[in-house]
Amino acid sequence: MNTHTPGEASMTRTVLVTGVSGHVGARVAIALAADPEIDRVIGVDTAPPPSPAGEDGAVLGRTEFVRVALRSPDLVKVIRDADVDTVVHLSLVSGPGGGRAGDTGGRPAMKEHNVIGTMQLLAACQRSATVRRVVVRSTTAVYGSSPHAPAVFTEDTMPVEVSHHGYARDATEVETYVRGFARRRPDVTTTTLRFANLMGPGVDSPLTRYFSQPVLPTVLGFDPRLQFVHEDDAVEVLCRTARADHAGVFNVSGDGVLLLSQCARRTGRPVVPMPSPAFRLVSGVARGARLVDFSPEQLSLMSHGRAVDTTRLAAELGWRPKYSTAAAFDDFLRSRGGPGELPRAVVDWLADLLTGR
Amino acid sequence: MDDFRDRHTAEGAAGGTADGRLAELFAFLRRRITGEYEVDEFGYDPELNERVLLEALRPLYRHWFRTEALGLGNVPADSGALIVANHSGTLPVDALMLQVAMHDELGRPLRLLGAHLVYQLPVLGHLARKSGHTLACPEDADRLLRKGEVVGVFPEGFKGIGKPFSERYRLQRFGRGGFVASAIRAGVPIVPCAIVGAEEIYPKIGDLPSLARLLGLPYLPITPLFPWLGPLGLLPLPSKWLIEFGEPIRTDEYAPEEADDPMLVFDLTDHVREIMQGQLDALRLRRGPAFPPMVM
Repeated sequence: MNTHTPGEASMTRTVLVTGVSGHVGARVAIALAADPEIDRVIGVDTAPPPSPAGEDGAVLGRTEFVRVALRSPDLVKVIRDADVDTVVHLSLVSGPGGGRAGDTGGRPAMKEHNVIGTMQLLAACQRSATVRRVVVRSTTAVYGSSPHAPAVFTEDTMPVEVSHHGYARDATEVETYVRGFARRRPDVTTTTLRFANLMGPGVDSPLTRYFSQPVLPTVLGFDPRLQFVHEDDAVEVLCRTARADHAGVFNVSGDGVLLLSQCARRTGRPVVPMPSPAFRLVSGVARGARLVDFSPEQLSLMSHGRAVDTTRLAAELGWRPKYSTAAAFDDFLRSRGGPGELPRAVVDWLADLLTGR
Repeated sequence: MDDFRDRHTAEGAAGGTADGRLAELFAFLRRRITGEYEVDEFGYDPELNERVLLEALRPLYRHWFRTEALGLGNVPADSGALIVANHSGTLPVDALMLQVAMHDELGRPLRLLGAHLVYQLPVLGHLARKSGHTLACPEDADRLLRKGEVVGVFPEGFKGIGKPFSERYRLQRFGRGGFVASAIRAGVPIVPCAIVGAEEIYPKIGDLPSLARLLGLPYLPITPLFPWLGPLGLLPLPSKWLIEFGEPIRTDEYAPEEADDPMLVFDLTDHVREIMQGQLDALRLRRGPAFPPMVM
């Protein structure tokens, strides 16, 4: 677990984690708080973490929870007063009202939270004399999904078409501010982590909700390549980059790809292919009814897919994700009651019948 | 891939009896239905390719076009190579037949670099990916070659495949030579490949440019059978095919940085083109008439 190198000058002592009420944020805060080399973990978010004990922070272990919006001046005070030296910025929200408390307010609120929030946070870091390391969560959605793009994106690939929508656009803008910050404060180690779609028992995202439906609508004539990163691996990567200096931009994903058709077969659920205008219409209706929240960039993901190269991360950390894309998806399915057994049972029954066993 | 072939031959051996074959078929169906198979990062699905897609093309390759593959020793057995072939025939049947030749005669998957148009279209795009192909862009070409795959290109592109019948077996201009740069960067040999026979399958004697523009297609051909016979016009004429892999052209004597030297890339591109034109002329002579015993 310990990734400290002997030559490293700065010692991590106080870590600030934003977006701590989210599933990954909470897990990262707990993992860092359990590290004896870290003195304090301060978690901030707009809403308190869902705590069964009822008390703020109880569920987060040693983490101190501060309820503060990223765009409020209080944040500057928190960073200054606590002598924060490492900032782990996880509070990017992927959709308006995306299932988390306090995120209702539609697209403008989401953008305000993601982009303006990050600007404010980085402004506070730039002022700070103590901050030595900034880790920012981004997404592979910044590469977009296009039939004109290379099959596998490396960190240096320029997106063919810049996303004009929601989450991907926010993440692109956030990364721009992070680059600006890194230029102005070269003494601060800045890490940008582009995560593939998160998958795992505790993940609640548009994609996990999609795969939990009884019937899976797909775009007729398209079978996109998808990539997942298991939540355990995502937490591990965030902790490793929070504990030691790993400057740069890194893709984070489980090895390999799954085609959407393969995912659907693994769920054992029926697929309803529909022409792309119909697919758009249906997902619009589902979005209105708050069933599944599918944004335009997810619609293009469902047509053209996306895969990223993760060799840079593996070389930097000397570590590979424990779960491949397929293993992460299977773990998610197990947690949701396992795949439907009907198609498999039918094949087995037919096989037994015809081979006379 | 080796792994897959071993498994396949093992299954084949066990499946000598009708019962064994049936059990093996159900094992295959079970894997397909439960999603328990692997595709690579480009979306290549070796099992589907071998058992379904190529299987559908084999009758065309063997019986309809009576294809003969020559110069098989010129393709490296287990390292990367760039196959550069002429493109013709109005529809890219030559790409499919080259794929069958590579797979069945040499036991290697062919990773073609295809036009953008293919990946925009429903069905075609993902079928192309599943059979191992990807978009023609330097990133994908470099990545496949680094992995030691055999990559195939048709540098003439639409100019080659959509040329009128009167210009048959005349190589068109090669694109920007990006394929040569990729080969230099990866240090893999360029294997020139001549395909004779594809020119005669849909002889393009006319074009409907305005209708093609309307449909967003690069061209809309008129052939002796199409559009007059409707869907039946899509039946390719049964010409005799020869596919010849030529002597490999080495690129490992250049440093990878020399891929950025446009003069070198242009010269090498021209060199490859000249070799291919010569190869094509010789192979056409060797084949004789396209429709034996007819003389054409």
